[in-house]
Amino acid sequence: MLSLVEFILVGLVLTNLVLLGTSRIGLCIRMVAFQGVGLAFLPLLGHGDLTWSSLAISAATALLKGWAFPTLLFRSLESAHVRAEVEPYVSYSGSLLFGVAALAVSVWLGGRMPLPGPGVPQLLIPVAFFTILVGLFGIVTRRKAVSQVVAYLVLENGIFAFGAVALRKAQLLVEMGILLDVFVAVFVMGIAIFRINREFDHIDSGRLASLKE
Amino acid sequence: MLGALTILVPALAGAAAFMLREHRARRALLVGAAVAHLLLTLAAFAAPARPMFDGALLLDEPGRLFLLITSVLFLAAAFYSAGYLEREMRGSRPDMIEGRLFSNSPEARFTGCLLLFLAAMSFVCMARNLGLLWVGVEATTLASAPLIYFHRHHRSLEATWKYLLLCSVGIALALFGTYMLALAGGGEISLNLNALMAAGPTLDPVLLKAAFVFLLVGYGTKMGLAPMHTWLPDVYSESPSVMALMSTCLLNVSFLAILRVRQVLAAAGQAQFGNDLLVFLGLTSMAWAAVFLLRQTDYKRLLAYSSVEHMGILAFGAGIGGAGMHGSLMHVLAHGAAKGAMFLLAGNVLAAYMTKNVSEVRGAVRALPFSGPLWVAGVLALTGMPPFGLFVSELAILRAALAGDRPFLAVIFLVLLAMAFIGITTAALRMAQGENTIPARPEPMSATWPPLALLLAALLLGLYQPAPLAAVLAASARLTGGF
Amino acid sequence: MPLVDHNAVHWGALARAALGLALCPLLFGVINRVKAKFAGRTGQPLLQTYFDLARLLKKGAVYSRTTTWLFPMGPLLGLACALAALCLAPLGGMPGLLSFEGDLFLFAGLLSLGRFATAAAALDTGSSFEGMGASREMQFAVPAELAQILGLAALAQATGSLSLSEMLARIDMVRWEAAGPVLALTGTALFLVLLAETCRIPVDDPNTHLELTMIHEVMVLDHSGPDLAFILYGQGVKMWTLCAMLAGLLAPVRSGDPLLDVSLGVAGVFALALVMGVVESSMARLRLLLVPRLLVGATALSALALILLLR
Repeated sequence: MLSLVEFILVGLVLTNLVLLGTSRIGLCIRMVAFQGVGLAFLPLLGHGDLTWSSLAISAATALLKGWAFPTLLFRSLESAHVRAEVEPYVSYSGSLLFGVAALAVSVWLGGRMPLPGPGVPQLLIPVAFFTILVGLFGIVTRRKAVSQVVAYLVLENGIFAFGAVALRKAQLLVEMGILLDVFVAVFVMGIAIFRINREFDHIDSGRLASLKE
Repeated sequence: MLGALTILVPALAGAAAFMLREHRARRALLVGAAVAHLLLTLAAFAAPARPMFDGALLLDEPGRLFLLITSVLFLAAAFYSAGYLEREMRGSRPDMIEGRLFSNSPEARFTGCLLLFLAAMSFVCMARNLGLLWVGVEATTLASAPLIYFHRHHRSLEATWKYLLLCSVGIALALFGTYMLALAGGGEISLNLNALMAAGPTLDPVLLKAAFVFLLVGYGTKMGLAPMHTWLPDVYSESPSVMALMSTCLLNVSFLAILRVRQVLAAAGQAQFGNDLLVFLGLTSMAWAAVFLLRQTDYKRLLAYSSVEHMGILAFGAGIGGAGMHGSLMHVLAHGAAKGAMFLLAGNVLAAYMTKNVSEVRGAVRALPFSGPLWVAGVLALTGMPPFGLFVSELAILRAALAGDRPFLAVIFLVLLAMAFIGITTAALRMAQGENTIPARPEPMSATWPPLALLLAALLLGLYQPAPLAAVLAASARLTGGF
Repeated sequence: MPLVDHNAVHWGALARAALGLALCPLLFGVINRVKAKFAGRTGQPLLQTYFDLARLLKKGAVYSRTTTWLFPMGPLLGLACALAALCLAPLGGMPGLLSFEGDLFLFAGLLSLGRFATAAAALDTGSSFEGMGASREMQFAVPAELAQILGLAALAQATGSLSLSEMLARIDMVRWEAAGPVLALTGTALFLVLLAETCRIPVDDPNTHLELTMIHEVMVLDHSGPDLAFILYGQGVKMWTLCAMLAGLLAPVRSGDPLLDVSLGVAGVFALALVMGVVESSMARLRLLLVPRLLVGATALSALALILLLR
């Protein structure tokens, strides 16, 4: 029977594909929130016994990735009064095809990594790679500042998934510090988006191009 | 516990700065916190290193070295910015390049973020746990982003966005590398530096190398190594001089982060792999910077590319190892002092001439009786002329490279240094010479003393090193060089 | 051990194919009835398509002077391909009339040959309007066929057989438990392909008569009489075939009793028709630009399933 972890991982892949294929920023934000809630289960499921620290990390992850980030992003989207379209440099079909290729590459790479230990599903490392690649692709190809932040969060989610495997001895201090940093990063980016909108009447980061050699 | 205070004092002062409404009190707080920080750092120098929080924080020799240069530069920045903030006009005013109106962001935010930035950098200097190290480096990014957007116009906003996005992505990759390092240990050992180094040979070599690559790219982005340096010229040219000065510290602590990771690599017997990568990235950065230095028309960007070049020198020296590592650490101090002085002087020139264009600045020596001559001295210091400290450190790196098994690297190093020298001196000396295009004007004390002090420090480093400093330098080189 | 003997002549299979031939026009009736219920109308009779077919067959065909032999060839070849595909398709886990190792490629090939025939006939009229429809149809066919082939390949990999009958015979509850996500992904992809192949909403609107949005309808505008009947019937056979395959994949209930299995299979086919009716009632046709994206999405799902199996 399929384990819950594998179920979450397949969900992660599917949401990534949706993120690549959709044109609505609102849907993208919801998908990232969805991923975040799924990821919040990983610290609990990864390694046997429940501890207070893994519970705390899980709760904080769910709260931040599932609630705080989407709220922040939706708010900056509203305050920016923009058309809620992603407007990528690469077409959606092209993005989806990239997704398929990236998936193949990450499966190939994941097969070459040593398995971190018993009880860890084989899928985890390829899925983490895939999510990271999708995030990087999004940052490069999406034009709007908001969608770049969404892509950054996807990247972060992929790394988080990887960390859930790699760091089986959950260290509360480190994990909390990382979560706090990511939170502040998104917060600061949200403010920057608001400012960009005020200054330029758009949040098209492609038009931020006056500084160059 | 003195070490922990160097984090706590600026953090609390930063929080207080957000609350204070009185401008004078806030500026006094900034200078006071800077003085206190330097005193604490010097006191920590004397005290033996004691681990804090389960060994998560420890002020070892390399940490002390980087903390010292950070603290000194911050003190200069604090003195300078006390006057700078006084002189900055209130309300909106026309932008000198495009003529559009803009205003400054609140002074409390600037001061507060500056202090928090210092706290984050002190934290990085002490972090022994690679996870916490990452947290600290990311915190420096976040604390410094509002500083770039001090002048609220669209160019600084663009620079802020680039900085945030590029550095966040770079840092995210570093986090990936950190996790990979944990995976190399089978996921069972903690990310503590001591534990990782003790596990050394048992770490999975392939994963370890992959982890180093990701960490090098990640922290290298923050350090400004080419080709990940693209945020750096934009940030330097659009942010206030104080911020530019502080980001020199930022580059330094990122270098420290890379050195920490290399310690693990060396403990696992993979030092050669890391060294090759460092040498390669170092020479790439130097070459990239040299090309852009040769035809640079904006003097703030000129200094930025000079930073890229010097970061390349640091990476090159670290990659050569041995005496090169010693030279590299020495270079951190000397370059920090010289570059800090140059940024402050560039701020003075900008305030007088109201242009960042090299060709529109003439006769700075006559127009600015104090900053002008200092600018010339600074250029000489920055390009590694004797007797400044940079000459000594670059010479040490060169000798180490010549003595190594690949002397042709030394030749490339020398050629790139010469190119950078030509680029910087032609532009910067032309600004100093000739008939002054603006009338001579008096300069405020707060704008001239800090760069003078920093340049004197850079000079002193070339002539004489105090015994405690020399001891810390030698110990740090031994620790981080892995020899 | 193979569950299907390729060489044996299955009388049951003949009966199942005949069942498909008889019942397939009813699918249109079911879909239309569902849509009518959703819209609050009474709707046309369930057997309307049978009446239409009979009426069309009684008529004579009209051919434009500019057309060549290709034009009447289109409907014939299209129907022939659909019938041949029906022979390959299993129903309710029971094998089709014909089966051999690798027949899934023949199956996919027959479907695209049928599409080619229709498009070629449309181009033969020389009308720019029909050419536009043909071009759209072929444009959407590229990702749809890719998705289908990859989906079938994933099924082949999951079951270890290259024959459609064998593949579907091997899919049961046990395999669903073992490889649930893979089969679910493939099923979703094949459902999207089904919508595209049978020209239903959200890919194409069978009822549309607005020039700018028509795809399939515009290709068959110039056909009349028996030719149109062939096209209509061919569509029905194709829908039956694909539904039977998909029902076999999604509802792998095998009792062992042939009669019960077949009735379950037929029930599955009509259940799928119901679902298609619900989809058509609840959503609008996608913008033309979005259709390739949907189909590339289906391709991605199939590829994901295949990659999950191959790792």
